[in-house]
Amino acid sequence: MTHAPHKDYSGAKLGMWLFLFTELLLFGGLFVLYAVYLARYPQEFASGGHQLNVVLGCINTLILLTSSLCAAMAVTAIQQDNRQLTLRLLGGTILCAAGFMVIKYVEWSAKIHHGIYPGSARLVEGPPGESIFFSLYYMSTGIHGLHVLIGATLLAWIAWKVRNGSITRTDFVILENGALYWHLVDLIWIFIFPLYYLML
Amino acid sequence: MSITLQEQPTTDRGFWNDTGKTGIGSWIFSTDHKRIGLLYFYSVLGFFLVGVVLGLLLRLELMAPGRDLMSAQTYNALFTVHGVVMIFLFIIPGIPGAFGNMVMPIQIGAADVSFPRLNLFSWWLYVIGTVLVLLSLFTGGGAPDTGWTFYVPFSARTGTNVSLALFGVFILGFSSILTGLNFVTTIHRLRAEGMTWSRIPLFTWSLYATAWVQILATPILGITLVLVIAERMLGTGLFDAARGGDPIMFQHLFWIYSHPAVYIMILPAMGIISEIIPVFSRKPIFGYKMIAFSSLAIAAAGSLVWGHHMFTSGMSDTAVLVFSFLTFIVAIPSAIKVFNWVSTLYRGSISLDPPMLFALTFILLFSIGGLTGLILGAAATDVHVHDTYFVVGHFHYVMFGGTGFAFFAAMHYWLPKFYGRTYKTRPAVIAWGLMFVGFNLLYFSMKVLGMQGMPRRYYDYLPEFANLNMVATVGSWILAIGLVLMLVNLFKGLFKGAPFTGNPWGGATLEWSTPTPPPTLNFITEPVVTHGPYDYTALKHDVREADSGVTP
Ligand code: HEM
Ligand SMILES: [Cu+2]
Repeated sequence: MTHAPHKDYSGAKLGMWLFLFTELLLFGGLFVLYAVYLARYPQEFASGGHQLNVVLGCINTLILLTSSLCAAMAVTAIQQDNRQLTLRLLGGTILCAAGFMVIKYVEWSAKIHHGIYPGSARLVEGPPGESIFFSLYYMSTGIHGLHVLIGATLLAWIAWKVRNGSITRTDFVILENGALYWHLVDLIWIFIFPLYYLML
Repeated sequence: MSITLQEQPTTDRGFWNDTGKTGIGSWIFSTDHKRIGLLYFYSVLGFFLVGVVLGLLLRLELMAPGRDLMSAQTYNALFTVHGVVMIFLFIIPGIPGAFGNMVMPIQIGAADVSFPRLNLFSWWLYVIGTVLVLLSLFTGGGAPDTGWTFYVPFSARTGTNVSLALFGVFILGFSSILTGLNFVTTIHRLRAEGMTWSRIPLFTWSLYATAWVQILATPILGITLVLVIAERMLGTGLFDAARGGDPIMFQHLFWIYSHPAVYIMILPAMGIISEIIPVFSRKPIFGYKMIAFSSLAIAAAGSLVWGHHMFTSGMSDTAVLVFSFLTFIVAIPSAIKVFNWVSTLYRGSISLDPPMLFALTFILLFSIGGLTGLILGAAATDVHVHDTYFVVGHFHYVMFGGTGFAFFAAMHYWLPKFYGRTYKTRPAVIAWGLMFVGFNLLYFSMKVLGMQGMPRRYYDYLPEFANLNMVATVGSWILAIGLVLMLVNLFKGLFKGAPFTGNPWGGATLEWSTPTPPPTLNFITEPVVTHGPYDYTALKHDVREADSGVTP
């Protein structure tokens, strides 16, 4: 049997989609906890939600949406064989990721400065529902932030591959998968944002 | 199947040396699914043996009432490590990692899995996870003592090295997810020409259903473990009742994974049995479609029954009733399988070669385990036997009597194919007999003890339980002797035994049409499938052709 070095595009994308399911389910566990504890502590969740900075949350949402747009356009650009544009768009996505993390850092530091972090004296002594709310907030945004970092690293590696010509107009499934992953990171934020910042 | 036997002189050792590469690097960095399968096989077998030794030590302590060998703390650590090793290092990665990798791509006529490098990465993640788990035994506060279930609040508070063990299990989960993802993609994308969905061998079908469970359930375990680590390190309090959290939520999340995980353990085993029973009955499998479908049904329905582990945890009565009812539903597809195997045997021309002996034992032991499972699934009876040795007896019947024996069946069925040499039958049969007797002495006693009220996870017990505990411990020795005999005979055979060529058992699935051992790319010419996997009439025809020298 000769081994034609075949590239199975549909297969590669199927694999990526399956992986995205696993990521959704990972966050699914946190959303389940959110639902249960929201039902148990509606008041404390509401007061916790009001302490979050909606403006910064909105800015971050816009940043992530822009980054996803760049990622999607990068896929189109490589299909048009425009390597320069692809690189620039990927750079845009990574820049947005950095911006997102900086704002996240500002938000977190402000909270920590006010003595709001898991296990802090203020939370331990305050009402239990508040401590639950902020613990969930830190876990969800923390794990999401980790995904932003992983996604940005992935895209940087992909950009490097675009540069050295191993991702091309006819062979770009890695770029496409990287963009898919980035959309997932975006998507999860689209759930976290209203749940914690807006709805309560 | 196209049963054109692609014979080849067996002096050429197939994938063992046709790449021209040798040495350890040609194994631990190989992307060949057969080599990765063997890597998995030896790793999981090694940890199975470690687990067995730990189990024997537990039994030794329980031989007589009072303290015999070890302190209570040591005992707690031992049963935890025994459970963690058996569950996460042996039985979950076991059959998919070892035999799934070795056999599945050949069964569907592919040259490899969809993502060979990812496959190798899965094995490495397994190794890394294992190292972390092992490290946790000897560093920090010492070996975890929580039981393999890591229940909060104890796991959040105990001073033993739980965090590192949890992180190791998290990595192992990642490995399991990647294997599942790889298998689903492979089965969708790489089937040979003519390998329609209704011609997929049942072992591959079972791996397909398993793979979905691996993909969809494992992430929940991942996040749960991360949350317990956060509980320990950061004091998040999400599962701490004193801080507004709810320990029951941990149990829910844990069992949302860990009940489906029992299907990761048992479904591939059922697949193995579905391959062996028809071959050694010389009869097409009865109810192919129902067996394939029931795998999917088990995987789906099994995702909704986790609450049966929590009947006594303080769920609402409504929840208890619903989970109890759903649990009974899962029994239906499992029973469908058993009935179909028995119907396949009916009027078959049965030959009791070692693989068949182990497969038949599977049916018996799994049925006992499954039926006692219903006693646990019925809320009314479960309340009485919950957390007793009845449970320990039950899950050893399904996991060891079921999956363990299926693993042994697969070893005797498929390994000769990959080594090109085979074992002696008589010692294998004697070993089987010893294991069968020892097994039932060991675990049936546990079931009776549980009925009498002996609780699990204690290093000591009341004097009235002494006799049966002695029986169980003696049983564990007989079982261990049988196990050693089986392994010695098997490996002696694989390395030095009589040559094994062609298709001596008359299997009609594709792996029996490749050279023995298969070449690295599995097939000499790309196979075209024209028959179902259990269509033995086609096999006879083609074998005769091959015998008469008609070249395919
Ligand atoms: C010779 C073989 C074995 C012996 C003697 C043995 C013995 C035992 C004993 C005595 C316990 C109960 C400890 C207690 O509750 O105090 C136990 C628990 C357990 N065994 Fe085994 N076992 C064996 C093989 C296996 C196999 C093959 C598996 C799975 C594939 C397995 C999985 C488990 C698990 C998951 C537990 C529960 C641990 C816990 O409570 O956290 N065992 N075993
Ligand atoms: Cu269960």
